[in-house]
Amino acid sequence: MTVLSADSPPRSRKSELRPRRRRKWTGWGFVSPFLLVFLFAMVAPVGYAIYLSLFQDKLIGGNRFAGLANYTQALTDSQFWTGFGRVSLFLVVQVPVMLILALAVALAIDSARLHWAPLYRISIFLPYAVPAVVGALMWGFIYGNQFGLVAEIGGWFHTTLPNPLDNTLMLPAIGNIVTWEYIGYNMLIFYSALRVIPGELYEAAELDNASQWRIIWHIKLPALRPAIMVATVFSIIGSFQLFTEPSVLYFLNKDVIGSAYTPNWYAYSLSFNGQEYNYSATIAILMGLLTVIVAYVVQRIGQRKGA
Amino acid sequence: MTATTRTARAWRRGAAVVFAGTIAAAGLTACSSSSSGSGTTSGSSGSASDIAAALQKTSTITVWGWAPQDKDIVAAFEKKYPKVTVKLVNAGTGSTEYTKLQNAIKAGSGVPDVAQIEYYALPQFALAGSVQSLDGLGLDSLKSDYSAAVWDSVTVNGQLDALPQDTGPMALFYNKKIFDKYGLTVPTTWDQYVADAKKLHAANPNEYITADTGDPGFVTSMAWQAGGTPFKVSGTTNVTIDTADAGMAKFTKEWDQLEENGLLSNISGWTSQWFTALANGTIATLPTGAWMPGNLEDNAAAASGDWRVAPMPTYDGGTAASAESGGSSYAVMKGSSNSLVAAGFDEFMNAQDGETIFANEGGFPSLNSVLSSSSFLNQAPAYFGGQKINQVLSAAASSVLPGWSYLPFQVYANSIFPDSVGKAYEAKTDIGAAVTTWLKASATYGQQQGFTVTVK
Amino acid sequence: MAATETAAPPRAARPARPVRGAWNPNRRPKSKTLTLVMTLGLVYSLLPLFWLLVNSSKTQANLFTTNGLWFGGHFALLDNIQQTLTYNGDEFLRWFGNTMLYVVVGAGGATFLATLGGYGLAKFDFPGKRGVFALVLGAVAVPSTALAVPTFLMFSKIGLVNNPWGIIIPSLVNPFGLYLMWIFSRDAIPNELLEAARVDGAREWRIFFSITLRLLRPGMITVLLFAVVATWNNYFLPLIMLNDPKWYPLTVGLNQWNAQSQTAGSTPIFNLVLTGSLLMIVPIMIVFLVMQRYWQSGLAAGSVKQ
Repeated sequence: MTVLSADSPPRSRKSELRPRRRRKWTGWGFVSPFLLVFLFAMVAPVGYAIYLSLFQDKLIGGNRFAGLANYTQALTDSQFWTGFGRVSLFLVVQVPVMLILALAVALAIDSARLHWAPLYRISIFLPYAVPAVVGALMWGFIYGNQFGLVAEIGGWFHTTLPNPLDNTLMLPAIGNIVTWEYIGYNMLIFYSALRVIPGELYEAAELDNASQWRIIWHIKLPALRPAIMVATVFSIIGSFQLFTEPSVLYFLNKDVIGSAYTPNWYAYSLSFNGQEYNYSATIAILMGLLTVIVAYVVQRIGQRKGA
Repeated sequence: MTATTRTARAWRRGAAVVFAGTIAAAGLTACSSSSSGSGTTSGSSGSASDIAAALQKTSTITVWGWAPQDKDIVAAFEKKYPKVTVKLVNAGTGSTEYTKLQNAIKAGSGVPDVAQIEYYALPQFALAGSVQSLDGLGLDSLKSDYSAAVWDSVTVNGQLDALPQDTGPMALFYNKKIFDKYGLTVPTTWDQYVADAKKLHAANPNEYITADTGDPGFVTSMAWQAGGTPFKVSGTTNVTIDTADAGMAKFTKEWDQLEENGLLSNISGWTSQWFTALANGTIATLPTGAWMPGNLEDNAAAASGDWRVAPMPTYDGGTAASAESGGSSYAVMKGSSNSLVAAGFDEFMNAQDGETIFANEGGFPSLNSVLSSSSFLNQAPAYFGGQKINQVLSAAASSVLPGWSYLPFQVYANSIFPDSVGKAYEAKTDIGAAVTTWLKASATYGQQQGFTVTVK
Repeated sequence: MAATETAAPPRAARPARPVRGAWNPNRRPKSKTLTLVMTLGLVYSLLPLFWLLVNSSKTQANLFTTNGLWFGGHFALLDNIQQTLTYNGDEFLRWFGNTMLYVVVGAGGATFLATLGGYGLAKFDFPGKRGVFALVLGAVAVPSTALAVPTFLMFSKIGLVNNPWGIIIPSLVNPFGLYLMWIFSRDAIPNELLEAARVDGAREWRIFFSITLRLLRPGMITVLLFAVVATWNNYFLPLIMLNDPKWYPLTVGLNQWNAQSQTAGSTPIFNLVLTGSLLMIVPIMIVFLVMQRYWQSGLAAGSVKQ
């Protein structure tokens, strides 16, 4: 989302409103309902989480101020960093795969060389309508390598396929669910951006007899850059927040998911199984910080490349 | 000008309303929690006659439970005591419910009057002072109605904390059809069990003696059955964790032979695949709690007539030994504004008519009178080929070894079990070493939480 | 095909694709190879949904004993639907009602607040505006799931847990919606129009409700659709905020049904979990299909344009 700040902060672009003292506070009137709820439901919890992260509350012995002790503990907490490493790996592999596929689909649909393009657009978008929980439940059944669909597919080839939910395949299995779910959403973002490329650009290319690939490379991709940035940053946030899929698949293989598969799942286990609310808040704050940093860095890289 | 100021005022007014609402809500919570707090102190003492009197007055209590029989028990209770309304809420099963219970306790509002808590989790709530002692309410006189092992399970630090509903003395459920087909003998020792496992899997690589992907409840119960006591609690804060516990070692050594040699099916328990495997014979036995028959009948219906029940194998082939696996109690929560009625309900549910209803609807009861009733003992379900399974299970109940206790933070300890022991199952490496890692991690958590933990 | 071409967004939003004069992409030859490759993508996307439909038509006993990709055994879809709707005292319908409540109040409210705010930010200068911008963007980067636990703890202190407000209030905040409406207002509402109305002596709020709102409708619908999906799919927050199943939304309820298999003594209802999932996604798919042109015009006009 931070990527959006790369756009000029919205000041009226056309004719700047002439300064009108009498309307000075009217703007606040419009903005304050949102802002009030925003302060209450987002800023206050962040503040409260920071406050909590500075204390330690024990089952025996009660609550006491702990300074930064929770943070120093988190910095050396291998469970946390393993989870963070896992979502980072997920980010590095799944996000590019998903975005490139989405991009390819969007370009194909926009190319006008596809039969029944709207059918493809709608169909590939549909999984986005499936709530993540339902998606994970459904794929959980499909993944059964003994009596699920995976087992049947193995049966066609007279073999037993490896369990998609075992230690090595769990992360790709989750990646597949997420990809399936969000490919259409990202495709739509790219496709919408393609639709607003001015026709004159294509006309010029047509006159030059440019090939399809050259049009994609020189016209479409540059025009898609902001959309790609938005999609990337959303996907980064999404990856770091990975929770629903592991929480549903937990019941199918507790050994692999454990209590700290992803940082968010870890924060959840800590506070709701271990009553470690303070440490859990610390993990949440750290994850928030790391997300901001990574999103910011990615966005800067994107900007530099574009400039 | 006027327009702006009026709008501004309107907004301010709106904001004021929002804030007033927030404050009012906060005030209400404060009031309600303080009033229920005072109810606690007045309600925690009383006698049987106080309870009887309270049940005749108009009141409402909230009960959290997930046992499928609860609905009918509540209906029977409301019929007997028409002035009492019971709000039965299924807030989730097992640790899901504990999470919510813990949240409600933490939030100081929304705590039910009575909650279902499994034996392994009870110490956690008892030592944190979240449940009410039932001693003062005259319910301690029910002691002789239950077996000693069951009574131990609901007594923490010499204080009665809940009444037991069901128990899960372990027995060996086995698929006779598979046993006959491959010429296996019903094992009486664990060594025979391992031999059966090898024979079966060698005869048909798709068949397994049992499925086990690492379950903390199973491991602790099996250590218990082997005579182990890895956890000791004294007072409210002193905990001893014995990583060299003899019973635990006996079990892990035996089980390692199955686990490291790939003789255990890796189908996770209680999943759709697991039920399918129980129905079609992929899994040949289940060493598990006495509450299992109903689950088999309902969810592995295709295997009707195939399954039988035998006593648990032992390590020496000598005296029968069993352990509790699972099993639930119902506790009166601290903060209940009507603990007399809550206690009355608890008694009705678990020591009177409710227990009969529970047993009639497929539950495995804890009350001696129900356990030893001839109607219970002589049931011969067709699913088990007409075997009088309750005689085996009842015998198992009386052979449960005494002296076991759980950690006062067992719920958390169980939640981190997959991180160490689960990983060992996944990698087919030594369970014993992984259990030690797990016990040490649990000890660390206990220390962080302020317990005095001695690790042996 | 017609869907997009007629989807010229309503007034004030830009046309989805500007007129291209003589250059007409539809005259280009279709490619069989491309269509074939894309069909793989189509199958990937639709196969799981087809699997869900097929398996919703099976009895529990047939679920794992018949071919997973084709109808088999007794066709039990209607039975399953009936059982799903009546299981455990109509709880599915209750959860459906709750979900609708959260969607209508949460997503509706979020859209309204975002529209007001976006318009205010786009068309008025006021002290602290840049501060608002920084604050909103800064907070958005904090993972909302990570915020759920502190939100729960804070709400529990003020008595907002285990009731619908605990779900509704957080879903009223939709910063992405605010941003979309901001951009959309900036482009879709000519300043001259506002000036003219002001000269006529109209009050700001009248201008908003009688003129602005109409012009902002396409943007609002886009934001509304996003917000509807977000609240419809909301899982983590209700999971921790609610104890009592009577307030559950469908997502949490269905997962509880699924977890029922983990309970000794309860009967697993995998067939109802699947049928419930199917019933749950049908309405939102219909909304998607009916409203899809707005998604595109709104997205095109707002989020991703420079």
